[in-house]
Amino acid sequence: MALATPSSNTITIEGLHKSYAAGKSGSVHYIIKDVNLVVKGGEFFVLLGPSGCGKSTLLNMIAGFVSKSLGRLEVGGVEVEKPGRDRAVVFQQADSSLFPWLTVRQNVEFGLKMKKVPKDRRREISDRFIRMVGLFGHENKFPRELSGGMKQRVQLARVLANDPAILLMDEPFGALDAMTRRTMQKELSQIWQETHKTVIFVTHDIQEAILLGERIAIMSAGPDSRIADVYEVPLPYPRDPASNEFLDLNRRIQSHFDAGLEGGMHP
Amino acid sequence: MKTLRNRWITIPLLWAIALAVWQLGAWIYGPDIIPGPVATWGGARELIADGTLLKDIGISFYRVLSGWSLGSLIAIPIGLIIGRVTVIRVLAEPFLNFIRFIPPIAFITLFLVWFGIGEQSKVALIMYATLFIVMMNTLTGVLSLEEDKIRSARSMGASEWQILLHVVIPATAPYMFTGIRLAMGTSYMAIIGAEMMAANEGVGFLIWNSRLYFRTDWIFVGLISLGLMGFATDRIVGWIGRKTLYRYGVVGSVPNRRP
Repeated sequence: MALATPSSNTITIEGLHKSYAAGKSGSVHYIIKDVNLVVKGGEFFVLLGPSGCGKSTLLNMIAGFVSKSLGRLEVGGVEVEKPGRDRAVVFQQADSSLFPWLTVRQNVEFGLKMKKVPKDRRREISDRFIRMVGLFGHENKFPRELSGGMKQRVQLARVLANDPAILLMDEPFGALDAMTRRTMQKELSQIWQETHKTVIFVTHDIQEAILLGERIAIMSAGPDSRIADVYEVPLPYPRDPASNEFLDLNRRIQSHFDAGLEGGMHP
Repeated sequence: MKTLRNRWITIPLLWAIALAVWQLGAWIYGPDIIPGPVATWGGARELIADGTLLKDIGISFYRVLSGWSLGSLIAIPIGLIIGRVTVIRVLAEPFLNFIRFIPPIAFITLFLVWFGIGEQSKVALIMYATLFIVMMNTLTGVLSLEEDKIRSARSMGASEWQILLHVVIPATAPYMFTGIRLAMGTSYMAIIGAEMMAANEGVGFLIWNSRLYFRTDWIFVGLISLGLMGFATDRIVGWIGRKTLYRYGVVGSVPNRRP
């Protein structure tokens, strides 16, 4: 595979495997098998697949939470070994990842405080991102006082405050109601265009994938998950889910999964 | 507002009924078996007048508070370490699950041999009574901490020490607090046992000693004092918890275990 010039936020994945030994038989099971991928700096890349296809595992490997079994996984030309400030993670469950004992502002300033950024500077940065995600006026509330959508905004502001090169998002809007999800998708799209972060976005929602992604990688159902296909989305932002091109792509990706169902495990 | 008004009527009413039942029991069984409220009040006035009651309450308080706070101070870091370090947890768990089933009272004689009949053995006993409850609660808190919180802190650049200080401890605070509050109950249980067996002062001694004079009214005074002491400390600890630990999710009352 031809490699892109490794800029600081390019993700290069070659022959990546994640396996575990199953039972006493000594046989090896693969959660992820032979994944090859290059995500360019500044790209919005979607990992799309059914539940349990290992897309979260792949994301956790890029984040450095889960170690690989075999292959190459580099960010900016450096092998991923552990979590780092360059790769921010937005989790699906805000309740389990936000710090409920800290206010919105304190949550957003957490990473800066760990880095011992002076108080004035912290406040300046947190102000900026609290405004960006539309939480102005809620700075002193605790997470339990916020709605599900607002909590995800806190998560987003909290990671953006650390100025990471890469945003890793694991079905961040999966637990939200349809209308809130739609708003959040629009806002994320705008924030991405403003900040030029590399985004890897995991979802099982085809429409969400097409709304957000520049490219969509389709992962086959596990075990032995791999990337079955990569679709380019040549539509301009903001995207209209009612447009013909949108619907056409939606159909093509849907038929991909349907064919997979008929033909066995691998689409 | 309505429930509040009701409380001011129902609670005194309940107390009045309780007192009436108590007095009724005293009339039926006689003052030697059940001294009534009036007889008990008389006994209390005697004990207050010669200073023994306040002295005994003070001594018991002192023993409970010193053992309980020392025990908590030791238990919290141990609980945190056992919770965070898997190797230590795997090694320690069998021992913990063995020792924690031995009630503090069972250790009284042994502690007397080890620490003497003075204050040391009593404080050590309260420490023991506190240690396991606070430790196990802290441990439970650490183990129930969501992995996502640690992961997000780590990917925001927090060091292991910062994660302990800024994530693990605050997230575990409500569990520690519950343990500390429950331990107060077992501390009273342990100290009364110890004072009955080997002490010349304290509420436990007062109750035990009263039997020699067949002063059941003094025994009742001792029992009521214990109830009031426990009630007061639990309320104070609960109030401090609510005031200082509100943001960590410590609210309302903690399930109580009777001493």
